[in-house]
Amino acid sequence: MKKYWHVINIGIQNTLVYRVNFLFRATFALIPLAAVLFLWRAIYAGKEGGGQVAGYTLAQMTSYYLLVTIVDALTAVNEDDWQIAADIKDGNISQFLLKPIDYLTYRLCLFGTGRLIYTAIAVVPVTLFILLQRKFFVLPPDWATFGWFLVSTVMTALLQFFMSYTMALLAFWVLEVSTFIFILFAFEYIAGGHLFPLNILPPLLAQALHYTPFPYQMFFPVSIYLGQTTGPALWEGLSIQAFWVMTAYGLARFFWSRGIRKYSAVGG
Amino acid sequence: MPTDTPQSAVRASHGLRRYLTIYLALWKNSVVREMGFKSNFLLWIVVEMLWFALQLSFMFVIYSHTDRIGTWSKWQVVMLLGASHFIQQIFTAIFLTNCTQLSELIRTGKLDFMLLLPVNTRFMVSFRQVDLGGFVNAASAVAVMIYAGNQLRLSPTWAQVVGFVLLAAVSILVHYSLMFLLASVSFWTVRAQGIVWGYYNLFNIARLPDEAFRGLFKAFFTFALPMLLVANVPVKLLVRKLSSPLEMLVLLGMAVLCLAASELIWRTSVRHYTSASS
Repeated sequence: MKKYWHVINIGIQNTLVYRVNFLFRATFALIPLAAVLFLWRAIYAGKEGGGQVAGYTLAQMTSYYLLVTIVDALTAVNEDDWQIAADIKDGNISQFLLKPIDYLTYRLCLFGTGRLIYTAIAVVPVTLFILLQRKFFVLPPDWATFGWFLVSTVMTALLQFFMSYTMALLAFWVLEVSTFIFILFAFEYIAGGHLFPLNILPPLLAQALHYTPFPYQMFFPVSIYLGQTTGPALWEGLSIQAFWVMTAYGLARFFWSRGIRKYSAVGG
Repeated sequence: MPTDTPQSAVRASHGLRRYLTIYLALWKNSVVREMGFKSNFLLWIVVEMLWFALQLSFMFVIYSHTDRIGTWSKWQVVMLLGASHFIQQIFTAIFLTNCTQLSELIRTGKLDFMLLLPVNTRFMVSFRQVDLGGFVNAASAVAVMIYAGNQLRLSPTWAQVVGFVLLAAVSILVHYSLMFLLASVSFWTVRAQGIVWGYYNLFNIARLPDEAFRGLFKAFFTFALPMLLVANVPVKLLVRKLSSPLEMLVLLGMAVLCLAASELIWRTSVRHYTSASS
C-alpha cells in the first residue's frame, strides 16, 4: 500500500505543474455555462404565470447546471484515457508488467489526485460564479441528503474512471482509440445529463435511461442533492449505481487480462 | 505611373494563379494523406454527426417544454444550429488543423522551412492542410437547414441565398482571424495550444439565438469576440429576422477589424521569432 502513496505524491507534483492551465480551463468552462443559463432564463421569461418547466423552477434549473459543474470538476476523466491509450501504444506499460505495481490502482491514484487538485483550483472561479448566481442556488434539504450526494458522487467518479479505463484498453486492439472515446463521451454527455436534467425528457425515455449506466455518471448525484430522489428511489438508485461501478470494474480487469495476452510491447 | 497599372495587374493575376496552383497541390497532398487512414476518416465523420445530432436533440427537448426562446421558434433555431454547424465545419475543413498546428511548427522549429519558401508565409501556414471530413459534415448541416427551411415554408430569393453564403464566408473569416491571432501567441509561450482549443469552445455560444443574451455578456460577444453575430446574422437574413441591415454591416466591420488585428499580431510575432534550434 505504501508504494501507492508515492504514486499519489508524484501525481500531486505532476498535476501542480498544470495549475495555471487548470485555472484557465475552469474559467473558460464558465462561458458555456453562463450561455446555457441565459438560454433558460429567456425560456422562463417567456412563460406566463408560475413559470415552471417540467416541475423545475428557474432557481432549481440554475442550481442543476451549477451542480453539474461541481460534480464534473470532481469526477470527470480528463486526460487519463488518452494517457492510458498512449502508454499501451508506445509500449510504456511494459515497465508496469515487470514491477510489483498494479496498473489499474496506479492509474486510479493518479486520477484521484488529478481530480482533487483540479477541484481545489476550480473552487475559486466556480465559487465566484455561484456567488453571482446565489439568488438561484438552492441548498440540499438536509445533511443526510448532502451525505448521500457525496457517497453517490464518489461512485460517479469511480464509474467514470472504470468506463474510460476500459475504453482506453481498446488500444490493445485498435491503433486509434480517440474516435471511440469521443463516441462514448457523446453518449455520456447527453444521456448522463450534462446538457439538460434527464427528468425533463418524456417519461418513457427517462425510464429507459434509468437502467443504463449513463445517468449514474452525472444526473443521479445531482438529483439526490436537489431532493428529487428520496426514500426507496434513493436506495434503488444507489444499488443500480453500485452495480454499474462493479460491472465496469469487472470489465476493466477482464479486458486488461485479455489485452496483456495480445500485447507485444511495440517499441518497449 | 499610369503605364504601371496593366503590368501590375498582369503580375497580380499571375500571382493569384500561382497561389491557386500551390493550393491545389496542397489539396492533393491532403487527399492522399486522408485516404491512408480510410476507416479513421469515416469514424471521425460519425463522431461529428453524433455531436451534431446531440445539439439538435438538446433543442428538441427544450422546445418540447416551450414554444419560443425570445421570438425564435423551434425551426428557426434548428436553422441556426444547421448554419452554425455549416460555418464551423467549413472552418474546420480549411483552417482548424493549420491554426492548432502553428504552435507545433514553432516548438519544433519547422517554421524555418516555411519562412524560406518563396511564398507568403501566412498563406503557407494557414492553408497547409485540408480536413476533408469537414466538407462531408458541412453537407449534413446543409441538409438540416433545407429541412428546417421546408418546415418554416421559406422560399428564399436568390439574393437571400447569395447573401447567406457571403455572410457565412465573412463569419468563417472572423473565426479564422481570431483563431490565427490566438495561435500567434505561441511565438511567446508554448501554452498557446490550450488557448486555441479554449477558443474552439466558443462555438458553443455561436449556435444559440442572440436574443437570449443580455448586458455585458452580449456586448462582449458582439463587439469583442463576435460569437453572437457569426451564425445569427446569416440565419436572420434567411428567416427574415434582421431588425435592420445594419446588423450585416456590423458583422462585416467586425470581420475587417479581426483580420487587421490578426495580421498586425502575426507580423509582430514573426519579427519576434528566433527559431527553436538556435
